[in-house]
Amino acid sequence: MNETGDMTEAVTGMPERPFAHRLLADMLRIRRMEEKCAELYGAQKIRGFLHLYIGEEACATGAMHALDAGDNVVATYREHGHALLRGVPMDAIMAEMFGKAAGCSRGRGGSMHLFDAARRFYGGNAIVGGGLPLAVGLALADRMQGIRRVTACFFGEGAVAEGAFHEGMNLAALWRLPVLFLCENNLYAMGTALDRSESQTELCVKAASYKVPTLKVDGMDVRAVHEATCRAAQQVREEGGPFFVEFRTFRFRAHSMFDPELYRDKAEVEEWKKRGPIHSFSAQLKAAGELSEDGFLDLDAAAEAEVAAAVAFAEAAAWEPVEDLLRDVTTPGGRS
Amino acid sequence: MRVSYREAMRQALHDALVSDPRVFLMGEDVGRYGGTYAVSKGFYDEFGPERIRDTPLSELGFVGAGIGAALGGMRPIVEVMTVNFSLLALDQIVNSAALLRHMSGGQVSVPLVIRMATGAGRQLAAQHSHSLENWYAHIPGIRVLAPATIADARGMLAPALADPDPVVIFEHAQLYNTEDELRDEPNEDWRCDIERAAIRRPGSRLTVITYGGSLPKALEAADELARDGIDVEVLDLRVLRPLDTETIAESVSRTHRAVIVDEGWRSGSLAAEVMARIVERCFYDLDAPPVRVCSEEVPIPYAKHMEDAALPQAAKIVAAVREVLNV
Repeated sequence: MNETGDMTEAVTGMPERPFAHRLLADMLRIRRMEEKCAELYGAQKIRGFLHLYIGEEACATGAMHALDAGDNVVATYREHGHALLRGVPMDAIMAEMFGKAAGCSRGRGGSMHLFDAARRFYGGNAIVGGGLPLAVGLALADRMQGIRRVTACFFGEGAVAEGAFHEGMNLAALWRLPVLFLCENNLYAMGTALDRSESQTELCVKAASYKVPTLKVDGMDVRAVHEATCRAAQQVREEGGPFFVEFRTFRFRAHSMFDPELYRDKAEVEEWKKRGPIHSFSAQLKAAGELSEDGFLDLDAAAEAEVAAAVAFAEAAAWEPVEDLLRDVTTPGGRS
Repeated sequence: MRVSYREAMRQALHDALVSDPRVFLMGEDVGRYGGTYAVSKGFYDEFGPERIRDTPLSELGFVGAGIGAALGGMRPIVEVMTVNFSLLALDQIVNSAALLRHMSGGQVSVPLVIRMATGAGRQLAAQHSHSLENWYAHIPGIRVLAPATIADARGMLAPALADPDPVVIFEHAQLYNTEDELRDEPNEDWRCDIERAAIRRPGSRLTVITYGGSLPKALEAADELARDGIDVEVLDLRVLRPLDTETIAESVSRTHRAVIVDEGWRSGSLAAEVMARIVERCFYDLDAPPVRVCSEEVPIPYAKHMEDAALPQAAKIVAAVREVLNV
């Protein structure tokens, strides 16, 4: 592969039907879960910040299916879908958003801090760019212990303005660490468009300046995301050094539930919605004779059922007793 | 055996590197240069560049990488050259190291040790003379240590590495050349506790409470006062978070008076926290209001006489003790 690549136009043939349906089903699971989250936010069941991923599902779906179960994942505060596809049960994610003790972070983290140590999902990090140095360190630990594993680090394009991006990129390249940097470029850092915040808007050029190989891919196309991430992950596994992939994507909803969206035209949003990852992929599958309308409805119904069960689980789950307030500040049995 | 603070710290690091393959040292100029304060001199040749890892000037990046490596099963010792530069890494220390355990609902721990030099007194001017221990001592989720003696420089690192949570160790730059006798029995276990404050000099009339680079000044003041027949106790906090309130309260309840010495600025200082705890715990045992000797509220100046005037000094401690005792 070249030092830098552009796969925005390149997509190979349709994947095998079971896998194609799995990709579609997973995008639907994220979409239906988050639509319910928005509804529950309105009902004040979920509070705090809630950053929806709606419109960007192809990125997490294509990328997560390119990773091995033993890989590390570091994510951002817009990580509900990543956690779900990493295998964190939807019940535990929903309970976390409710703030219940049965949540995947025992109700201490909330929407922005989903964790699952057993699945090597190192969180929801709500400081933009904060995950990159952590990913470098996880990969360093693996290298020093002789463990062959990829550390996948998701972040948005807003992170490229942070020092942590540049320091992390340099360290990973300098020390040849197996970090897969996955940049979800949804064009707006909260309300600031990329071209209003960066002199260089070609993100791959920034990564390449650290001698990190790069790929740019259409983040609305789940097949393209999957293919690109597979290629990048394979190179990281084989050669040991880092790789940078940019997914060009778009969030259909506001930045968070507090965002009135004054900074972008409705027409722009509508234009991107035409390229929505779920309907475009299902249309492709139907055109190829790989999916019927009933088949689609079955997948959608399964996602809806999983969401309904997760909400029921979260509703029924217990609150952590307030007597436990000071728990988990430090490690029990440890010195501090 | 007479040993310097620098040598004691070097021996402690050497022990850690020899005894645990998960331990590695990472920071600016820790390797080929031998450490800014020569603490890791010779380590690069002995342990190699993987375990004595020179970093670029990327405090945020390599402290964060230390946190990640700790999550990944290693036992990193990250050296941030001085507390002044740790401000560039503050986000990772406060928002990641200190919080990950809690935010994850107890699923992960961060067994990381961060070492940094601190303090003023060498005419390094305002940007290289900070004493910001209190900023770190404010944060739940991290332990903060201030070894002020040769024995603590030798003995605090091993228990800090055994701690499953982040530990920040402040080494006052003025202490590196101090010397003291250190036991040299073979196979000696140098570990000390990292829980309790220590009475460095017993006394009856007043307790001088201090830590780090101010300890030698407090002991000097106590010597001078003793020559005039004034017998004061000197308490070394040692552990700045969590504070050992019991030892403080026990001492002050006995002496009924307290002077707190802190190289940090007075406003919002660690001395203020110690004073608050004394008032909460010992109010009815006090015979006089506690008094603080802190740095003056000015950036640390370059000129020697002005720097001296800005910092706590033995003479200021003596004057404060005399004021409280009215002698």
